[in-house]
Amino acid sequence: MSTEALAPFEVRSSLDHCIKCTVCESSCPVAAVTPLFPGPKTVGPQAERFRAGDHSPDLSVDYCSGCGICTRVCPQGVRIAEINSRARAEMKVERGIPMRDQILARPGYMGKAGRPVAPLFNWALANPVVRLLGERIVGVHRKAPVPLAASRSFSYWAGRRRRFLAPRRVVYFHGCSTQHFEPEVGKKVVAVLEHNGFQVLIPKQDCCGLPLQSNGIFGAARRYVERLATQLSVPGTEGLPVIASSTSCGLMLKKEALEILGVEDGHLAEISKRTYDLFEFLLELHERGELRTDFQPVPLTVAYHAPCQQQNQLIGKPALDLLRLVPALRLVEMDRLCCGIAGTYGTKREKYDIAMRVGEPLFADIKTASPDLVACDSETCRWQIAKATGVTAVHPLEVLYRAYGGS
Amino acid sequence: MALSQIETDLLVIGGGSTGAGVAWDAALRGLHVTLVDRGDLATGTTGRFHGLLHSGGRYVVKDPSSARECASENLILRRVAADCIEDTGGLFVTTPVDDPAYADRFVEGCGAADIPVEEITVGAALAREPRLNPRISRAFVVPDASIDAWKTVWACVRGATARGAKVLPYHQVMSLTMTADAVTGAYLRDARSGEQLRVRARCTVNAAGAWSRRVAELAGCEVGVVPGKGIMIAMNHRVVNTVVNRCTMPGDGDIIVPIRTVSVIGTTDIPVSDPDHIDPTREEIAEMMEAGEALVPGFSQGRALRVWAGARPLFPKTTGKQVSDTREVTRSHSVLDHEALDGVGNFLTITGGKFTTFRLMAKDALDLAARKLDLSAECTTATVPLPDSESKRFYWIGARQEEMEHEAPDDPLICECELVSRGDLQAALARRSDWQLDDLRRALRIGMGPCQGGFCAFRVAATLHRDGQYDRLAANHALGAFVEERWKGVKLISWGDQLRQTRLDQWIFQGILDVEHLPK
Ligand SMILES: Cc1cc2nc3c(=O)[nH]c(=O)nc-3n(C[C@H](O)[C@H](O)[C@H](O)COP(=O)(O)OP(=O)(O)OC[C@H]3O[C@@H](n4cnc5c(N)ncnc54)[C@H](O)[C@@H]3O)c2cc1C
Repeated sequence: MSTEALAPFEVRSSLDHCIKCTVCESSCPVAAVTPLFPGPKTVGPQAERFRAGDHSPDLSVDYCSGCGICTRVCPQGVRIAEINSRARAEMKVERGIPMRDQILARPGYMGKAGRPVAPLFNWALANPVVRLLGERIVGVHRKAPVPLAASRSFSYWAGRRRRFLAPRRVVYFHGCSTQHFEPEVGKKVVAVLEHNGFQVLIPKQDCCGLPLQSNGIFGAARRYVERLATQLSVPGTEGLPVIASSTSCGLMLKKEALEILGVEDGHLAEISKRTYDLFEFLLELHERGELRTDFQPVPLTVAYHAPCQQQNQLIGKPALDLLRLVPALRLVEMDRLCCGIAGTYGTKREKYDIAMRVGEPLFADIKTASPDLVACDSETCRWQIAKATGVTAVHPLEVLYRAYGGS
Repeated sequence: MALSQIETDLLVIGGGSTGAGVAWDAALRGLHVTLVDRGDLATGTTGRFHGLLHSGGRYVVKDPSSARECASENLILRRVAADCIEDTGGLFVTTPVDDPAYADRFVEGCGAADIPVEEITVGAALAREPRLNPRISRAFVVPDASIDAWKTVWACVRGATARGAKVLPYHQVMSLTMTADAVTGAYLRDARSGEQLRVRARCTVNAAGAWSRRVAELAGCEVGVVPGKGIMIAMNHRVVNTVVNRCTMPGDGDIIVPIRTVSVIGTTDIPVSDPDHIDPTREEIAEMMEAGEALVPGFSQGRALRVWAGARPLFPKTTGKQVSDTREVTRSHSVLDHEALDGVGNFLTITGGKFTTFRLMAKDALDLAARKLDLSAECTTATVPLPDSESKRFYWIGARQEEMEHEAPDDPLICECELVSRGDLQAALARRSDWQLDDLRRALRIGMGPCQGGFCAFRVAATLHRDGQYDRLAANHALGAFVEERWKGVKLISWGDQLRQTRLDQWIFQGILDVEHLPK
């Protein structure tokens, strides 16, 4: 559930609250590592006063990664990241959107294209020559983490399984990465929810438009998220909690579609109010005494990193709170803001190094902790962390799944 | 000690838009001009106006001759002063509180005054300005624009200076020198050094705006100018990007002008006796914020940045009548030939009018002065562009942001609100040697943004000190005075966001720097 989202003009007007205290600039992970980004206040509430009408004066706002930390730390309530995202979109409309960003913004296409030829596709993505060409021609950095296509989609699995019927029902919003790249995560989410007595409804669903939005392609992003809102509210699901296991896609539904894209679709506004981050939902169950705690010991060291998009939901770190209940689990909280990837940001040729520098403190802490696993709620962060540290990175749900006896 | 003396063809008293326009026109006609002001240039009414380059629409029903003047001057200034103008366009909208019958008279009046007007649907108006009151019933597009007073005045003055004019800011006219039947010049006092200066002029033009009565009195002449006070409030950002006017008889708080980074609501109009004492009152402010709601719902919830007042130089053409309602006085101007009126030769007063018509005012004054000086050169200000306007490209709001994007990243911002870099400041300091801190505010807009100097004033004072412009005590003094002056503009509107800002600024200036107790 989200705090009340602001109307589009209120997002802009929130610049009025800025007293230039500079808290956002000192917390910005990008400005700290590159002079190319002058900082969230500078391109945000400050520059916003110089924006009007049809011509965009911006350049450097392109280096904002959209991590949203600035908005979160602002003591005055300025929607800094939202202002910046919109300015970036205006800028891209004017200067043109590179083919690379068009591709990165549609992970579903990649997943669908790759699936029938998954072995070949995955080989190609791992091949240094192909990657070098990809960097030269397309602009995706040759070392950037990219997901591998699964040979069967999540929905293929979901459509063929035996139904579990129960009076308490939830809608599962699994997102593109579960669908195309990590169906295992989705299967375990369903298992954990069913273990707790929920019937899990999985309507057909497409991309929420977040990667489009973060690449400044607002028109398509709006169409995507409106379509998703319709898909998630198929008849018979009225009023049910919508559970998101991809934390960034969850945030899109909860807030970003409304505040950044300014979507006024009635479906969306309604769904947004009953959308939960997976662990937010589980923790609330636990607080009501309704979560099963028949946990078995998991004798592992797990480093937990809370991703920006999850932190921006202002729900604390519910995965950390829940995993603390698991016996024998040694949980190490990573006290760092950002891994650098910010969705597709860190995969781009010109931003890869910046993203790696942003993530450096986190990577160093992980190495020091030398854990068996890293747990993190966001897929792109997991890919970045695994690639940068060599440690396997999993959704925290997978740890919970093990604690429930799954393997 | 011998007095410094200046010999000149034309002495112009008053460095507002009118005086600057006279200086520019005269210099183009080949006259040697001396322009003086008691303060910095454009610190009278010109620096305190609303910022609207009128299409004339406002006056079509009430004051058609002024409307026609505005309409034609609007076209001319777009050609010769493009760099000072932002082509925002204007809307006249009938709000629920306006008489719906006025709109038809308005359209008719626009036709009569040659003002291009186009009615658009309410939907189109809202698409153009999403924050506009959705309950408006009609909307009309006219060629209103916003115009920067300081840029205009400096451009005139730069153009004039390049043609030999002498410009003396901070020089007050203390007395006029006279023969039995003519003015021959003036005694000036340098407000900064206290020194006296004598100017001998073949002809003297009184362009002292709301103060022109006092200047005329120095020659024993009477000028029945009535100062009309109006207040304005600048909101922290642009709530609209088009000038929006209520489609109604001119009244209070019925126009919002987007100019530079702010939107300014105004104004009021009441006769006052002393143009130097026109502080806004709390009632006027409350009325203005409330009035904004008719045009933009939620207006009064926004962050008010600054409030100020100006005094119109209103000149009732029908003399002898007591002026009780200054709204009834025409906005047209008058050139007074004191030789014909009072038997005082070589002395004229140009008064009334508007910022929008400053060029025409200057032309009319100069046409008369030229006759007195036996000069045949014609006015060329309608065709010769002002300095920096040669390209005829309008100014646009994003200019500074765009410029900053292309500046070296190691050139830090001194003023974060108005995007003034250290490079900009140093370039300005190199241009002129006698800057006061407050002059830099007008020149660069330092301290005009949301923080009202909180983060830049000390940086600028320190730079002036480091560059040897100010010694330690002078820097302390200037900083204290600057902060004090900014405080004047915000104290009456200190609520909400601006109050929070003011508290932070006070912690910086009183807590960290202790400006009040610095040795001065
Ligand atoms: C509230 C308000 C809003 C307005 N809005 C608009 C608008 O939106 N559009 C528009 O076109 N017009 C507008 N006007 C009108 C416009 O501002 C004025 O008509 C115009 O600026 C007058 O310019 P000026 O040069 O005649 O007078 P000023 O700018 O007042 O110049 C006179 C100068 O004379 C100087 N002076 C006085 N005494 C002496 C002395 N003894 N020695 C030396 N110097 C002296 C003063 O310091 C002053 O700088 C507005 C006016 C007001 C009050």
